[in-house]
Amino acid sequence: MSSILVFVESAEGQIKKTSLEAVAYAKGMGGDVTTIAFGTEVSDSELQGLGNYGASKVLHVKDDRYNKGVIQAYASVIADAMNKEGADVLVLANSSLGNPVSARVAVKVDASLVSNVTELPDTSAGFKVKRSIYTGKAFANVELTKDKKILAIKKNAAEVKEVGGTATVEAFAGSAADSDFSTNITKTEKATGEILLPEAELVVSGGRGLKGPENWGMIEELAKVLGAATGCSKPVSDMDWRPHHEHVGQTGVKVSPQLYIAVGISGAIQHLAGVNSSKNIVVINKDPEAPFFKAADYGIVGDAFEVIPKLTEAIKAAK
Amino acid sequence: MKILVCITHVPDTTSRIAFTDGDKKFDANGVQFIIGPYDDYALARAVELKEQSGGSITVLNVGGAETEPTLRKALAIGADDAIRINAEPTDSLFVASEIAHVAKDAGYDLILMGRESIDFNGGMVHGMVGEILGIPSISPVMTLDIDGDTAKMAREIEGGKEMLEVKMPLVAGCQEPIAEWKIPNMRGIMSARTKPLNVVEPSQNQSGTTLDKFELPPAKGAVKMVDADNVAELVNLLKNDAKVI
Ligand SMILES: Cc1cc2nc3c(=O)[nH]c(=O)nc-3n(C[C@H](O)[C@H](O)[C@H](O)COP(=O)(O)OP(=O)(O)OC[C@H]3O[C@@H](n4cnc5c(N)ncnc54)[C@H](O)[C@@H]3O)c2cc1C
Repeated sequence: MSSILVFVESAEGQIKKTSLEAVAYAKGMGGDVTTIAFGTEVSDSELQGLGNYGASKVLHVKDDRYNKGVIQAYASVIADAMNKEGADVLVLANSSLGNPVSARVAVKVDASLVSNVTELPDTSAGFKVKRSIYTGKAFANVELTKDKKILAIKKNAAEVKEVGGTATVEAFAGSAADSDFSTNITKTEKATGEILLPEAELVVSGGRGLKGPENWGMIEELAKVLGAATGCSKPVSDMDWRPHHEHVGQTGVKVSPQLYIAVGISGAIQHLAGVNSSKNIVVINKDPEAPFFKAADYGIVGDAFEVIPKLTEAIKAAK
Repeated sequence: MKILVCITHVPDTTSRIAFTDGDKKFDANGVQFIIGPYDDYALARAVELKEQSGGSITVLNVGGAETEPTLRKALAIGADDAIRINAEPTDSLFVASEIAHVAKDAGYDLILMGRESIDFNGGMVHGMVGEILGIPSISPVMTLDIDGDTAKMAREIEGGKEMLEVKMPLVAGCQEPIAEWKIPNMRGIMSARTKPLNVVEPSQNQSGTTLDKFELPPAKGAVKMVDADNVAELVNLLKNDAKVI
């Protein structure tokens, strides 16, 4: 295996957990792992720390123009780095930036590209990967036929392991053209300090059964006690009870946490499509016939307004 | 303004997913096909933009003859004409290179599509089309407004959104709440029958992957029910059985 390049993303100066999984994935493939990171918000020591997860080198594009998601410019620089490093595999985490960037890189370097990859490749004959399709309801095993390969991996495709060591950080200029910056990002609105839903290990999610936005206090309280992110069903975000980025399901965020707690959500097939790769699902619903129970690991039939405060207390007591 | 909307023809979101031919083919038996829900948002927004400032909407699908009812539905919703690229798509690159070829000299100001299809969930076609054509590609787009020759958009990011502006032409991968799905009315359905639907043969035939086989996830175990008066038992199970808290 020759050299692998990993695109790592950071948020608020920290490497994202999903990017650490991408590094772990690349390490799992064997061979030498080089990473590329962007922007001025991430420190040298944070980047050196990538060594602890298996990276030997970090190319740092230390330029504040990359503090925003300039898709075309990211794509040009990553393609350039693949060529300069002689990398024939690029690994990255599926994300709102990674996906559109990787599509452009694939065309630039003439690579086979597969997203939603769930397992390490099988290279015993050709180069095959397993990917999630039909929104988590099935898998496809596909062969990548071009010399260069790009894998956008799904959360939990690899386990983050600390291997010890530090990575060397090198400045990388990369050749992005002025036209690559033609998209003018005027403003970024972002929840800070919150646990991000797509990356969360624990999620507490509420549906229409909660009756109104004023009742979300108990959901937030439970989430806080657990250290969980909050999510919701589509009608809840459609009615603006909750922000759109919390909407889970077929047409919203697909989560893959260790634990998903669904409160007052009926379990429509379109909602389940967003949660079916959760390790454990707890359903709390007053209707024993709610379809969500069929997809659950643990269930409580009961009124959320009584069960949730009690559950929050019980978790506090158990901690 | 000239808008191209690329749509997928995909199983209804309630479909049972199964495979045939030694797990090499999707089992379409008894399955209802729809316009991809994300593509449907893109189409709805295109119709609104046309209502505001005029222009034309062409809707395009890469697929066999069986996808024509889906294209007709898009015509009923408000597209003016349709293009079907007559091929069984093999992967994102195949679809993107055919779309780019058709769009190349056609002068579209906007090329809209869903952020991803709901069968393969690739989320890659818009970016590839943008790169092949050498124009910006933005995804996932939550709002889209036109101001002169500039498109103003909100792009969803983890935990929030980015507001951005870019000159047309461009490609956008759309998602809600860009517009509300439109249901075709009787007049639309009638007029869709006679709107042009042009079939063109594929010319690029590019692909980067081949399918080995499909598989279904393992069946889920039975649910453990806990009494509502005994939430401590649930906490105990999550702690000691599932080991997640
Ligand atoms: C193409 C398409 C895409 C879609 N995409 C999505 C998607 O991405 N995500 C999504 O969520 N939906 C999606 N939907 C909508 C989906 O079909 C359902 O309508 C939606 O998930 C229902 O949301 P809900 O469970 O919150 O509400 P409801 O179905 O109204 O369920 C409310 C539940 O709360 C329970 N309840 C009521 N009161 C209480 C109480 N006091 N205590 C406990 N439980 C209570 C009820 O028993 C019921 O089960 C999509 C639909 C379509 C057609």
